[in-house]
Amino acid sequence: MAGVNESVSTQMGMHTEPLTGRDIKTKFTLRNEGGFAYHFARDVDFNRRAEIDCAELEPSEINRKIRDLMDSGHGSIVLRNPGAKHSLIVGILNRMNFIVEGSLGYFGCGLLDGPNVRISGRVGWSFGENMMAGVCVIEKNAGSTFGAALRGGDLVCKGSVGSRTGIDQKGGTIIVGGDTGAFSGFMMQRGRIVVCGNAGKNLGDSMYDGTIYIGGEIQDLGVDAVPAELTDLDRAWLTRKLAMYELLPEKGVDHFTKIVAGKQLWSYDNLEPTERKLVL
Amino acid sequence: MCGIAGLIYRDGARNIGGEMTAMLQALKHRGPDSTGFAVYGEPGPNEYIMRFKVAEQEDLGRGTKIRRAIAERKAAVDGLLKELGVAVLDLDEPTEYANRYRISYDGDMKDLADQMEEIEGTEILSIGSALELVKDLGDAADVSGAYDLGGFRGTHGIGHTRMATESDVDIRSAHPYWAYPYNDIAVVHNGQITNYWLMRRQLERSGQRFVSNCDSELLAVYTAVNLEKGMSLEDSLERSIHEIDGVFTYLITTRNELGMAKDTMAAKPMVLYEADDMVALASEEVAIRAIIPHEIDTTDPYDEEVRVWQA
Repeated sequence: MAGVNESVSTQMGMHTEPLTGRDIKTKFTLRNEGGFAYHFARDVDFNRRAEIDCAELEPSEINRKIRDLMDSGHGSIVLRNPGAKHSLIVGILNRMNFIVEGSLGYFGCGLLDGPNVRISGRVGWSFGENMMAGVCVIEKNAGSTFGAALRGGDLVCKGSVGSRTGIDQKGGTIIVGGDTGAFSGFMMQRGRIVVCGNAGKNLGDSMYDGTIYIGGEIQDLGVDAVPAELTDLDRAWLTRKLAMYELLPEKGVDHFTKIVAGKQLWSYDNLEPTERKLVL
Repeated sequence: MCGIAGLIYRDGARNIGGEMTAMLQALKHRGPDSTGFAVYGEPGPNEYIMRFKVAEQEDLGRGTKIRRAIAERKAAVDGLLKELGVAVLDLDEPTEYANRYRISYDGDMKDLADQMEEIEGTEILSIGSALELVKDLGDAADVSGAYDLGGFRGTHGIGHTRMATESDVDIRSAHPYWAYPYNDIAVVHNGQITNYWLMRRQLERSGQRFVSNCDSELLAVYTAVNLEKGMSLEDSLERSIHEIDGVFTYLITTRNELGMAKDTMAAKPMVLYEADDMVALASEEVAIRAIIPHEIDTTDPYDEEVRVWQA
């Protein structure tokens, strides 16, 4: 059982980047009894589909309805007329499907562990915050702090996203079809960010670890973010991931710039004041 | 955390009052303390709309004395207008302390405004040929109902729902701010300005007047000074991003323009919808959805972004 869990999580990119940090590695070790099925997870059937018309409902009522439908075994739930309401589809810890016909507001799809979500519209600030596993695909644009503190899974926005994308990212993959704003990858600790378009200023500012791939122009790099060589492994991974979400550019992935942490800030506390100036 | 919204139609007047009310009501959760509207109607020739208040809403709880004071202040205003030769074409009292006068006046507008504000408790909310500025405590539906804005026809407008963080809960600290004493300019703002006192002192030394301790008022005065120097609205917005410190997104309207500026950190939200005939902006998409139910494409403006649209 332990082996199964570990291989699934490894395939999803959660444990492919060994960190050399002081005690971070132990925190992310899988426990044998862990994995994706919670003991309280609902027994849902993907083929049982239900629809919710959100037009006249408050966000809390919609979220309660989702849970009621999960209790009755529905594994595919469609939200109609979501009207950019806030905090929908949060804290879902089941493997199941969601289809959103319209736009979500702030804090949509936060704290997910498992579901597949497809959204035909746009999403607001802090979408997919703290997601642990699953896949979210957004057809239009997204707001700022897209995928903040993401821990696992794939978060895909086919349009452009706002600022601070992947701030404090701790794992998983963020893929953006268009552009991203300032401070993307700020303080990211692991995981990958792929942006097919341009990136705003201070890209990867104060990042500890992880990798950022940018297909377009980079306005400027943040403190301690440095370019790195694109390896064959990177190309293969980028091609596979982008093709999976129909975002692979016609000219391939050779033009992508890879950004990683310079790791000059890692031993910052031990530096002499004059050395700190050099780092910053 | 305040909510701001703006709306501009490029092909003539619509029910801007009703639509702004719906947008701001959808943003109520971002700030329940007070709500304000700056809406632009169709101007009459040589006429101005002057909106002013002679007391705060909270003053009314202080017994009968305040009602006598309100009557005295109104009489003083009427006396002053007569003395200055201002023709009052018609007048309206939406609440006990707020007034809307339609006036005709050829003289110096700053002189008129200064003299009016010398009367105790009196503050001009706006003077303009098209601008009407309404602000009061309560949510959008309450304020719009009390001031009968539901059917107001115009080309553009901005509005604000306030969560008081930097100054008091009263009308004086409510948005929008009129760019005293310049006609038809109003500002709404979401954020904090960190070099407020420094800039306020500089502006005060050059003779500008501040009525509140709310940092947003600085943006109105700052823009008014720039426009008076002959700067375009777009240049003033560009300049503000580098001269004003803090985190902010603000909207500004003139007689025929709506402008937007976002700080260097892009720390405050704004969602933008642009169509051929109209532009709608709000802190949250849910406000835009309140007036446009069908599916639309919206975007987030980036850091240091400045936009200006014409009516």
